[in-house]
Amino acid sequence: MTVETPATVPQSPRLTTRLRDARTSVALLLLAIAAITPVAAPALGQPFYVDVTARIMIWAIAATSLNLILGYGGMVSFGHAVYLGIAGYTVGILAFDNITNGFIQWPLALLICGLIALVFGAISLRTKGVYFIMITLAFAQMLFFLGISVEKYGSDDGLLIFTRSEFDFGFAELDLSDATTLYYVIWILLIGSVYLSHRIVNSRFGMVIQGAMANETRMQAIGVPTYRYRLTAFVISGMMCGVAGLLSANFERFISPDVMNWPRSGELIVMVVLGGMGTLFGPILGSVAFLLLSEILSTWTEHWHLIFGPFLVLVVLFARGGLSGILDRLTGRADR
Amino acid sequence: MTEPLLAVRGLCKSFGGIAATDNVDLDITPGEIHAIIGPNGAGKTTLINVLSGLLPSDAGTIHFDHANITRASAPARCRRGLARSFQITSIFRNVSALDNVALAVQSAAGHSFRLWRPARRDPALRGPARALLERVGLADRATVMAGNLAHGEQRQLEIAIVLATRPKMLLLDEPMAGMGIEESERLLHFLRELKEQYTMLLIEHDMDAVFALADRITVLVYGRVIATGTPQEIRANPDVRRAYLGDEAAA
Repeated sequence: MTVETPATVPQSPRLTTRLRDARTSVALLLLAIAAITPVAAPALGQPFYVDVTARIMIWAIAATSLNLILGYGGMVSFGHAVYLGIAGYTVGILAFDNITNGFIQWPLALLICGLIALVFGAISLRTKGVYFIMITLAFAQMLFFLGISVEKYGSDDGLLIFTRSEFDFGFAELDLSDATTLYYVIWILLIGSVYLSHRIVNSRFGMVIQGAMANETRMQAIGVPTYRYRLTAFVISGMMCGVAGLLSANFERFISPDVMNWPRSGELIVMVVLGGMGTLFGPILGSVAFLLLSEILSTWTEHWHLIFGPFLVLVVLFARGGLSGILDRLTGRADR
Repeated sequence: MTEPLLAVRGLCKSFGGIAATDNVDLDITPGEIHAIIGPNGAGKTTLINVLSGLLPSDAGTIHFDHANITRASAPARCRRGLARSFQITSIFRNVSALDNVALAVQSAAGHSFRLWRPARRDPALRGPARALLERVGLADRATVMAGNLAHGEQRQLEIAIVLATRPKMLLLDEPMAGMGIEESERLLHFLRELKEQYTMLLIEHDMDAVFALADRITVLVYGRVIATGTPQEIRANPDVRRAYLGDEAAA
C-alpha cells in the first residue's frame, strides 16, 4: 500500500474532529437526505425515490460489511453477496413455513451467516491473493447453485415472501408491513453498521486487522497469530452482510438465487473501491454513486454499462482512494 | 556452567538441495551478546528466520527457555520471549511511529479480541509505547508516519518494536544496516546498554561493532559453523582467517 501520505498522522480520529473533513460531511448529508426522503420525495412528486433510497441503504450496509474485511483487512472476498442470499433465504424459507416471528427469523439468519462465514473463512483464509478470491467465489457459487436446484423454494424463479418479519414486543408492535417503518429500520441499521465498523476498526482488534494487511510478517514476529483475528473479522463481516440480506428480503418481499450470484459480489467490490477502501463512509458514497448512476443511466440507454464502465476506470485510475479521495483532495485534505 | 537460554542442535534448512543452514549447533548463555558472522550467502539471515519461526526447519531441535520450540509458530516464539528485528526494515509504514510501537505493546499485553474501546486512546498502550520511543531516541518523532522517517530512524523504530514485545532474548538481523557512522556509534552504545537486560544474538557486517560488542562469536560459512569462541579466539583462529576475515584480520 503506497499512498501519498502527509508527514504526520492525526492521532485518535474522534468523530467530532472527523466532522470537519469533506467525505464525512457528504456522508452525513446523504444520511440526512435519506432521513427526510420518505416525506420529501412524495412531496416533490417523486415517490419512486423512496424505494430507490431504501435499496441504496441496504446495499450500503452490505458494502460497509465488505469494506470491513476488504478495505481494512485486505481480504478480497469475491463471494460476499452469498450472505445476502443466506439471510434472505432464512427469512424467506421460515416465512414459507409460516414462521414469521422476527425474533426467530433475524437471529437465526445472522447465526447461519456467521456459521457459514466461519466455515468458508476457515478454509479460504488459509490462502492468499488470487487464490483467496477464487475460493470465496467458488463457495458463493456453490450456494448459488444450491439455491437454483431447490425446487421447493422456487429454484431460480425465487421465493415470494408474503408476510414480512413480525416483531411483537408485547406492549408494542414493530410493523414492517408499513413501508415507512421498514424504511427507518433500514436507515437505523445502516447507521448502526457504520458505527459498529467505526468502533471495530479503531479498537485493538481493528489495529491487528489493519496491521496484518499492512505487514503480515511483522505482525507474526511481534507475536500476533493473525489467522484467528482475520477469521473473526470475516465472520463479523458475513453477519453484517446478513443484516443487509434479511432487510432486502423483507423490503422486496422476494428472494432469489440471483442475489448471491457472482455479479452481485462484484458490484459490492465495485461499490467499496468506488467509494474508497478502508474509509468509514466510503461504502455509502460508493453505493450511492453506483446505484444512482446505474438508475439514471439506465433510463437514458439500455447500454448504460458502456458509460458506467469507463467512468469506473477513470475513478480507479485517477482517484486513488475512490470518491472519498476526490472529496479529500477537493478540500485539500490529503489523508488517505 | 549455566544452562543456555537458547540451545540449537543439528539444525538444518535447505532450499532445493542447497543447505542454507547445515547441521548447526549453538548455545547462547543468558546475558551474553553472541554475534554470528560470515561472508555473504553464509546463511545468517536464514538461521534467524528459522530461529524466529518464519521458516520451518528441516531437521534438528531448538530449545528456548526450557521449552522445545522447534515446531512452535512465529507468534508463539515471540510470546515466549524470543523477539527479532529485520535486516530490511519491517514496520507498518502507513501509521505513526507511536502506532507501530503501541501495536507491539498491545501484542505483549495479551489477546486482541477487544472490539469496542479505541486503541489509540488507551493509555495502557500509548504510555509504554511513548516510553520506548523515548528510550530509542524517537520521542519527538512519535506522530510522524513511520514510512516518512529517515532510514536511521526506521532502524531505531525497529528496535523499539522488538523491545515492546517484552522479550527475554533479541535476534537482531544487522541492526546497523545502512546506518551512518554516527548513527551506528549511537546504536552500538545503546545495544551495550541493552545487554544489562537482554540476551542477544546479533548478525552484523560491521566487524568493529561485532568485536566491540560480542562476548562470543560464531562463524558461519556455507551454512556450517566453522568456529565459535571469544573475539580473541576468533581473531586468532586460522580457519576463520582463511575463510572469512582474510585481509581484514591480517591488516
